[in-house]
Amino acid sequence: MSAVIEEHHHDDHHHGPAKGLMRWVFTTNHKDIGTLYLWFSFIMFLLGGSFALVIRAELFQPGLQIVEPEFFNQLTTMHGLVMVFGAVMPAFVGLANWLVPMMIGAPDMALPRMNNYSFWILPFAFTMLASTFFMEGGAPNFGWTFYAPLSTDQGPPSTTLFIFAVHLMGISSIMGSINVVVTILNLRAPGMTLMQMPLFVWTWLITAYLLIAVMPVLAGVVTMMLMDIHFGTAFFNAGGGGDPVLFQHVFWFFGHPEVYIMILPAFGVVSAIIPTFARKRLFGYPSMVYATSSIAFLSFIVWAHHMFTVGIPLAGELYFMYATMLIAVPTGVKVFNWVATMWGGSMTFETPMLFAIAFVVLFTIGGLSGLMLAIVPADFQYHDTYFVVAHFHYVLVPGSVFSIMAAVYYWLPKWTGNMYNETLGKTHFWLSFIGINVLFFPQHFVGLAGMPRRIPDYALQFADYNMVSTVGAFLFGFSQLLFMFIVIQTIRGGKKATDRVWEGAHGLEWTIPSPAPYHTFSTPPKDLTEAHG
Amino acid sequence: MDRAKQCRWLVALSLLMTAGFVGADWSNINMRQGVTEISREVFDLHMVMLYVCIVIGIVVFGAMIISMLIHRKSIGAIPATFHDSTMVEIGWTVVPVIILVILAFPATQTLNAMYDASDADIDIEVRGLQWKWQYTYLNDDPAKEVSFISTMLTPADEIYNRAPKRENYLLDVDNELVIPVNKRVRFLITSADVIHSWWVPDFAVKKDAIPGFVHESWAVAEKVGTYRGKCAELCGKDHGFMPVVVRVVEQEEYDTWLAEKQAEAAEVFNTIGKTWTEAELMAEGEAVYNQSCASCHQANGQGLPPAFPALAGQGLSVGPIAEHIDIVLNGKAGTAMQAFGQQLNAAQLAGVITYERNSWGNKGDSVQPSEIHKMLGGQ
Amino acid sequence: MQIETQTSKRTTLKLLCVVCGMFGFGFALVPLYDALCDLTGLNGKTKGQYVVDEQVDEQSETDVSSRRVKMQFLASNNADMPWVFRPVSRSLSVNPGKLNATEFFVHNPAGRTIIAQAVPSVTPFRAARYLHKTECFCFDQQKLVGGESMDMPLRFIIDKDLPEDIKTITLSYTLFDITEQISGELAVTN
Repeated sequence: MSAVIEEHHHDDHHHGPAKGLMRWVFTTNHKDIGTLYLWFSFIMFLLGGSFALVIRAELFQPGLQIVEPEFFNQLTTMHGLVMVFGAVMPAFVGLANWLVPMMIGAPDMALPRMNNYSFWILPFAFTMLASTFFMEGGAPNFGWTFYAPLSTDQGPPSTTLFIFAVHLMGISSIMGSINVVVTILNLRAPGMTLMQMPLFVWTWLITAYLLIAVMPVLAGVVTMMLMDIHFGTAFFNAGGGGDPVLFQHVFWFFGHPEVYIMILPAFGVVSAIIPTFARKRLFGYPSMVYATSSIAFLSFIVWAHHMFTVGIPLAGELYFMYATMLIAVPTGVKVFNWVATMWGGSMTFETPMLFAIAFVVLFTIGGLSGLMLAIVPADFQYHDTYFVVAHFHYVLVPGSVFSIMAAVYYWLPKWTGNMYNETLGKTHFWLSFIGINVLFFPQHFVGLAGMPRRIPDYALQFADYNMVSTVGAFLFGFSQLLFMFIVIQTIRGGKKATDRVWEGAHGLEWTIPSPAPYHTFSTPPKDLTEAHG
Repeated sequence: MDRAKQCRWLVALSLLMTAGFVGADWSNINMRQGVTEISREVFDLHMVMLYVCIVIGIVVFGAMIISMLIHRKSIGAIPATFHDSTMVEIGWTVVPVIILVILAFPATQTLNAMYDASDADIDIEVRGLQWKWQYTYLNDDPAKEVSFISTMLTPADEIYNRAPKRENYLLDVDNELVIPVNKRVRFLITSADVIHSWWVPDFAVKKDAIPGFVHESWAVAEKVGTYRGKCAELCGKDHGFMPVVVRVVEQEEYDTWLAEKQAEAAEVFNTIGKTWTEAELMAEGEAVYNQSCASCHQANGQGLPPAFPALAGQGLSVGPIAEHIDIVLNGKAGTAMQAFGQQLNAAQLAGVITYERNSWGNKGDSVQPSEIHKMLGGQ
Repeated sequence: MQIETQTSKRTTLKLLCVVCGMFGFGFALVPLYDALCDLTGLNGKTKGQYVVDEQVDEQSETDVSSRRVKMQFLASNNADMPWVFRPVSRSLSVNPGKLNATEFFVHNPAGRTIIAQAVPSVTPFRAARYLHKTECFCFDQQKLVGGESMDMPLRFIIDKDLPEDIKTITLSYTLFDITEQISGELAVTN
């Protein structure tokens, strides 16, 4: 993830990076900022993961062994917040920083100074959030969805800090996504049309628009909360003329597009990796673009499927059910396109490809359980059970997180100039793959059998599967230390990577030397035939 | 392995998996069929969806696996050059749409049936409180109305692994909701503090209980038995410890039970007038304390400061009794302390106040139910 | 490069406007939601005071249909509200189109003055549009000093256009203790 070591050999005609710590504090270089984002996200992934391991350890057996219910609720809340806002989203922003300029032949992001700010806000936001654990009353304990009135009437004193932290994350995301949009719209190499952009750039363009549209709504809803708590308004308090259900509507108006914010860039990553290792062009590029756009559009009109049980009139339930089912169509198109890309190819199975294939399979499982959840009468049984937990973890962990790992393995040789250790990479893949399925697959069953989510203790009939699930969690969790080892090992040395790195790779980023010089495409590339496979 | 052999293995493996899948004992890992017409419809819907998803999965993953086996570089596959096909793409857009439309029909029908608002035989108000349920059997004659609170029965010793966990661990309550078999019951679901969700899997009823608003749901249970559910919406510390237990009984048994409950209420009313001994008050108080107070203030009176203050040797229970009574009856605004004056009867209130003032080393005065009754505005 | 910076600035400004707009939209969802609730009876919210149209009223006097609807009343407290609160009658059999009256009893057993707000909610939601309240204690805050009691009036008309399949309407009131909010507001204005 870092190009530090090799850098000073490439100083010949550009200014290289500054020396020491200040390089990272003041950097406006898209590659440096990308590296910062990725490391930050990995640290958050370990932090959020350690919360999850405490949760799973408590759930290893029925009864309360390790933590009290009050602290358990703080852990589930912080696990969700840290993973969503600290791990997955910054990782994709990091990938965008590294790759978007290199893929479109731009010298850097369009707004480099803002790029620096948008990253450096994050450590402050998350230090603030994590510090709430040490406050009187503890960390936020109302779930990452912070439903009113639990959060407004009964939230701990740290709720205010939580609101400020969310504001900061929001500002950071908005600045980051403005940067991405401006870069993609204005800095493409002359002659590159939108429909020539690699799919990763496309998906990020759409994701950035989603972020710009919904992060302000999240800011709005936490502002209303803040006013309810401190300034006597009653947006969400029925006694003052408000409505707690309104909170859920506004929250999920943000929350559903947020789900796609975390998966669309993953689609882009996988659409880059599968053609490379199948040695065959991506099947149905235009339909991929249209499918991504339709998913983004649909994400704005299906939010209430998260709240089928709050008591919505029949017509409303039917509308949200039909609209939600419709999402299966463009999502299906994407999956079919990936399969068709593989079909007839000449495949090899290096680590990035393994992660990408696992992504397609496991994301599809998550998508299919999503289709089941769309059916309102059945959702009355699934809602707020472990079936839902299994569903969204299948979409987010072997979905988003696997795609991020695939991306790291895929582009790491370009970033560092060294090949990672393939054997260790494959070991990491298989440990993660087995761990994740042992962890989340049994949760479908306990959910169907009736185990609600967000509980620190459960009835005896769920004991076996919870035990299995916990074993999987520890396997998956500790495998990530191997991942860290592989990445550090690759940064420090290893077999030199060629410029092309992968036999079947196409795209402008593969036309520049490995490791990528500190400044690339200071003059725009002339030959765009490479732009997308 | 040559290709034909690989394919044969694959077919054998998938057949084996399918067989295992269909033949497996599902009862403990699948949705419950339940005991209402609606719940069975929901179950069927769930199974149809599941099978459709499995078929889609087999088709998609099958294609992937075959492709991974035969289109690999190591066996000399040459990459094809095709990268689009309008017909194929239209096909896999249209076919899913058709499948979805077909699936939407039964789902819509079932949902319609769930929203059928025709009259019920019994109306029960279900009110969520942190962390218990209050059930009120509505009746036009106020004297015949029955209302009680249902709290989890599992003792802390079992939860903290100091005693063996019995059957129905975390799923037992002191007062079950009792309804007659084959009668249409309407549940009016609301909440007094934060959002809860009342869930009985065997009725396929899950409705959020929202403070200030009432939602309705119906069930016609067709089989006598005890059905257990849980609160399904995060509602604070003890969200995991507020089970729902519904006992479905024959009509005659229900009538007897209801009459008993009504008599009990009248009985309580009579006992309020008499003078209670300290021992009687303490016994009543201990039961009430463990049911309604211990989850926050803890069985040993130590509380969970700062949110839930200690009662042993400090604070209210060793201060003036008038203040103590005021807080227990009327709650404390802005805190989790509820106003118990309208939840418990005068005898229970007097008992619990007396208990708190005379336990864990506290030595203090007591209060009579009749005094509490007067404070609550009764004659 | 100069031109690119210019275009970049313009794009950035446009996007910032979108951001501000969406922040505003978040707040605009509040009145939008209320409007939607009014329109559809979402969440069973009832409307404000209904002014009786004389003509309609006369008409209804002459056109008394035999249709009866069961009007059921629920009264409950939010958890920190100590008042005794109950409907004087649990249910009424009412004639759509005619004016009905009932009362709710409240008593403040606490040793302090408490200001309450009653929040109405109707099931089935569809019925909310057809419930016209000409007088309701929920339109105002209610104040009782310690030990005081009161019968609070409710007068309403069920619209004659109430869908035929609705046989029972449940009107629920939840009392919230808003003493602190009110005194907070007073402190601010003073």
